[in-house]
Amino acid sequence: MKEVNCTINGVTVTVPQGTSILQAAKTVNVNIPILCYHPDLPAWAACGICVVKIENSPKMVRACATAAGEGMAYITHDAELHQVRKTVIELILSTHPNSCLTCPRNQNCELQRLAADFGIREMPFEMNVPEIEADKSTPSIVLDPEKCVKCGRCVAVCQGMQDVWALEFIGRGDETRMAPAGDIALNDSPCIKCGQCSAHCPVGAIYEHDHTRAVLEGLRDENRVSVAQVAPAVRVAIGEEFGYEPGDIQTGKLYAALRRLGFDVVFDTNWAADLTIMEEGSEFVRRFVHGEGEIPLITTCCPSWVDYMEKYYHELIPNFSTAKSPQMMLASMAKTYYAQKIGKGPCDIFMTSVMPCTSKKYEIARGDDMYSSGCQDIDYSITTRELARMIKSAGIDFRNLPDEEVDEALGIYTGAGTIFGASGGVMEAALRTAYHLVTGKELEKVDFEAVRGMEGVKESVIDVEGTEVRVAVAHQMGNAKRVVDAVMEAKRKGEDPPWHFIEIMACRGGCIAGGGQPYGATDEVRLKRIAGIYRDDVQSTYRCSHHNPQIKAIYDEFLGEPLSEKSHKYLHTHYTPRPIYSK
Amino acid sequence: MAFHHYVLVCGGTGCVSSKADDLFGELAKALDQEGIRDDVQLVKTGCFGFCEQGPIVKVLPEESFYVGVKPADAAEIVSEHIVKGRQVDRLLYKEEDSKVHAKVDDISFYQKQFRIVLRNCGFIDPENIDEYIARDGYLALERALTGGMTPDDIIEELKESGLRGRGGAGFPTWQKWGFSKAVEADQKYVVCNADEGDPGAYMDRSVLEGDPHSIIEAMAIAGYTCGADTGFVYCRAEYPLAIHRLEVAIKQATEAGLLGDNILGTDFSFTIEIRLGAGAFVCGEETALLASIEGKRGMPIPRPPFPAVKGLWEKPTVINNVETLANIPVIISRGGEWFAKVGTEKSRGTKVFALTGKIKNSGLVEVPMGTTLRDIIYNIGGGIPDGRAFKAVQTGGPSGGVITADYLDTPIDYEHLQELGSIMGSGGMIVMDEDDCMLDVAKFYLEFTVEESCGKCAPCRVGGRKLYNILDRMAKGTAEEEDFGRIEDIGQAMKRASLCGLGQTAPNPVLSVIKYFPEEIGAHVKEGRCPAGVCKGLIQYYIDPEKCIGCTLCARRCPVNVIAGERKEVHVIDQNGCIKCGECFDACKFGAVIRR
Repeated sequence: MKEVNCTINGVTVTVPQGTSILQAAKTVNVNIPILCYHPDLPAWAACGICVVKIENSPKMVRACATAAGEGMAYITHDAELHQVRKTVIELILSTHPNSCLTCPRNQNCELQRLAADFGIREMPFEMNVPEIEADKSTPSIVLDPEKCVKCGRCVAVCQGMQDVWALEFIGRGDETRMAPAGDIALNDSPCIKCGQCSAHCPVGAIYEHDHTRAVLEGLRDENRVSVAQVAPAVRVAIGEEFGYEPGDIQTGKLYAALRRLGFDVVFDTNWAADLTIMEEGSEFVRRFVHGEGEIPLITTCCPSWVDYMEKYYHELIPNFSTAKSPQMMLASMAKTYYAQKIGKGPCDIFMTSVMPCTSKKYEIARGDDMYSSGCQDIDYSITTRELARMIKSAGIDFRNLPDEEVDEALGIYTGAGTIFGASGGVMEAALRTAYHLVTGKELEKVDFEAVRGMEGVKESVIDVEGTEVRVAVAHQMGNAKRVVDAVMEAKRKGEDPPWHFIEIMACRGGCIAGGGQPYGATDEVRLKRIAGIYRDDVQSTYRCSHHNPQIKAIYDEFLGEPLSEKSHKYLHTHYTPRPIYSK
Repeated sequence: MAFHHYVLVCGGTGCVSSKADDLFGELAKALDQEGIRDDVQLVKTGCFGFCEQGPIVKVLPEESFYVGVKPADAAEIVSEHIVKGRQVDRLLYKEEDSKVHAKVDDISFYQKQFRIVLRNCGFIDPENIDEYIARDGYLALERALTGGMTPDDIIEELKESGLRGRGGAGFPTWQKWGFSKAVEADQKYVVCNADEGDPGAYMDRSVLEGDPHSIIEAMAIAGYTCGADTGFVYCRAEYPLAIHRLEVAIKQATEAGLLGDNILGTDFSFTIEIRLGAGAFVCGEETALLASIEGKRGMPIPRPPFPAVKGLWEKPTVINNVETLANIPVIISRGGEWFAKVGTEKSRGTKVFALTGKIKNSGLVEVPMGTTLRDIIYNIGGGIPDGRAFKAVQTGGPSGGVITADYLDTPIDYEHLQELGSIMGSGGMIVMDEDDCMLDVAKFYLEFTVEESCGKCAPCRVGGRKLYNILDRMAKGTAEEEDFGRIEDIGQAMKRASLCGLGQTAPNPVLSVIKYFPEEIGAHVKEGRCPAGVCKGLIQYYIDPEKCIGCTLCARRCPVNVIAGERKEVHVIDQNGCIKCGECFDACKFGAVIRR
């Protein structure tokens, strides 16, 4: 690769051709201030804060969007640059509500940090904050345009990364804002509730619906048994809220914290992931080996993907696994199987799920199947961020909590269950069990490395005793298109499907970087969280779902066998075509 | 059969809005009635440029220049002039202080002009390709394609000509074409930027209306040079006549084999499509323009990469403004050396300006680069009307600045205007007299850029609004000294940190009026006074009881009925209701209405 030599503040730097000045400066330990730039996204060059000077030129250029040039000399800070940047920050602040204390991003806001770093003590300009009502129409996220700084990240995420096109710039001049095209309500737009806009928003303009208070109220109800479940990806990220590194596994402290918050019972969604594998793995065998049903089988753990498919690709409904997501399976089992065990009715259980995801708030009321126990299977779904706030507000000293154990009935999990949190994990877990279901044998090596990692679309061919199983894994909604379009094309032409089994997750890297996870996910953070997930897998006593003793128990005691009538009643669901724009 | 008379009727938008179309119809009817329709060539041309005097009819061979012609005058022109050979004196143009009827060539408005870009405007029927061809049209394309000129020869010719982009920035055209030519690509494009948006500017519109084939020819030459087979003209939808004539011209050129496949029997093929802009000033910025053609929201993106390397649909794209392109055929047919003799060393050729504002001869003028502002304003423009004093001239529209009387002898070229804190811009030139308030002028331009900001980058989106608010406070007398510091800070932030030219230049009008008119601006802030008596928040109208004779005229003119008083009694203005429109001031014949 060609390299360029330049100087940054007089220090010579050699970087690959095409490297931005921003990245080049990092190599000499200069973090140029930024607001609109995000490493996940192409430089949009809106805010004007990252300007730098070129020696002997009157011009300032944007470090985020300008490639370092051969022989160029860049100055990244001096009095003039400071003044220009400070004025730009002050201008932005003059259109931003001064409501940090009551903002969901208080202490975690990129604009607040800039204001603090630049020591802005007074506002030289009059305030012009637009008065626009917040859009609370979806069950997952809130758009608060008054706080928007027009950095454009949400639009780039929604259109570029996710290929959803729910958000767009509307208006112009200082009336520009981000909203669904046509200024309709977000819930009537193509929005799939993935919450990636909220995860990328530098300020508090997009955030999850907060259900912490409702959960606290539910915990007060002494007539109900309060049950929590924690998703795989939460354990490798929540530590970040308490000063741990991304990827540090906090399962024991999580259980402890949930009990301190007042939950009577703490289950683990990982257990239900194992259950999902039994159902979905069996479904795959039935379709692939016995020819009953459509191939490829496509996973449905991700409610945003389900929403996307129902809107954009509902021709693929027959290919969708009817298995519910682990969150929903655990809930229905908690309110039926477990409730019976402790002599309670379904509605006596108060179920809260802790998810890395904003879309799970949508999933809990997605359709009638989500009420399979006789009442709403999940009362509230909260994000990792919400749980962290609950822990902090309760004064729980997370770092010094003892590691506690899960409540075993719906809590014991295998490594296959935990890897659901990373892209490729569902596929890998399914393959571990499907191999057994097809051959009756056990794998010597359970690792399927080809389906792991950050590649947008991962493909592999697995040899199951001489039969080829072609699989594909896509994550980040915009990458799914490549896979599903190929499937549609083959369908249209009446050809063999390019793959037999497909996993799709809406968020880049999978659930570990879901829309509800602690802020600041970049690929660097994602890789650390993923590493944590696979460490948890390797550390597990069991690595395959069908080895989980509590899974065996529930089939023996309650469900009978995978895909049984009872399974279908509680663990499977339906899909329905939905319009892209509902108005 | 030869015609014994040529009757040329200006068909530019200005004259058309003054009923030039009806006039044309009436002339045709009159010729029919006289039975001489076949002996007289009646032509609807593009803009003559002398818009102040429109509608204009020119009769050849006498070179009679009829101005302010109404449809009702048509019969007389035909019966008297054409039939009887007696010019209609009352309609002939007369120079000021002169009783002599000027022939076209002797009119001072035209004398100092030098027409390259506007060479055909006002001479040919833009909807007739034969007339363009008769004036050496498509000769350049023929020379390029079949005369053995290689693309490199063309770029060399452009280099020798010294032509620089007329859209405002003045980038050497040969370099732009060269960059695009040098890139290997399966597809390239040529784009004509006809999204003229400066307030008061209509140079590009007039070229498209008056000489559309020159643009088509130039685009085809650009396509041949750079290796593009497709061109787009991005024209604002507010120019229906220009669009219509361009459509006609594209159709005619295609039928004549000058567009389409295998042009002039060579293996060069080129087509042109028109794309309409929806009236966003920022779409004149080339990256926003390309986004708009692609169907996206018109917002600029950072450069480099420049469009010449990565433009429309990420393919190499040459974008030139209308006026730039209009020069190309002449450069190719007459040679770069000839062109380079016109103008100054660094700024070759001519520049077209739309001369408007407080000027006697408002209109479209084309002068060699290096002509002084004084020449344009006084010799061509005829000076300031009504005996008022010249105060300033704004070039570069909302991106430029004001130039004061001290600098009237500045030769106009890219560098000199920039030194004065203004820019060449696309060619808007608005003259202001002593009645204009410089704060009000700056506020007007800023209001425009605030409105037209795309909203993408913070310095422009927010900074422009803040600047405007400060000026608005100044105009109302509620500003404070610290506001000058704020203007400086915001101005610098906008100039240095805005993403595109719109934001980078938006503070220019404000900064330049503060620089050149510090006392006038200061009077607003420190004394709450608008010396020109324009800023409504700072003026009051009242009636001098000594002078008022009670004629009631002011009370009758007052649109909000706040002037009270009986006939023959002193009238009084109720200050609470007065909207400061100045109607009473203008109406009073006795100087009794005082403005202070």
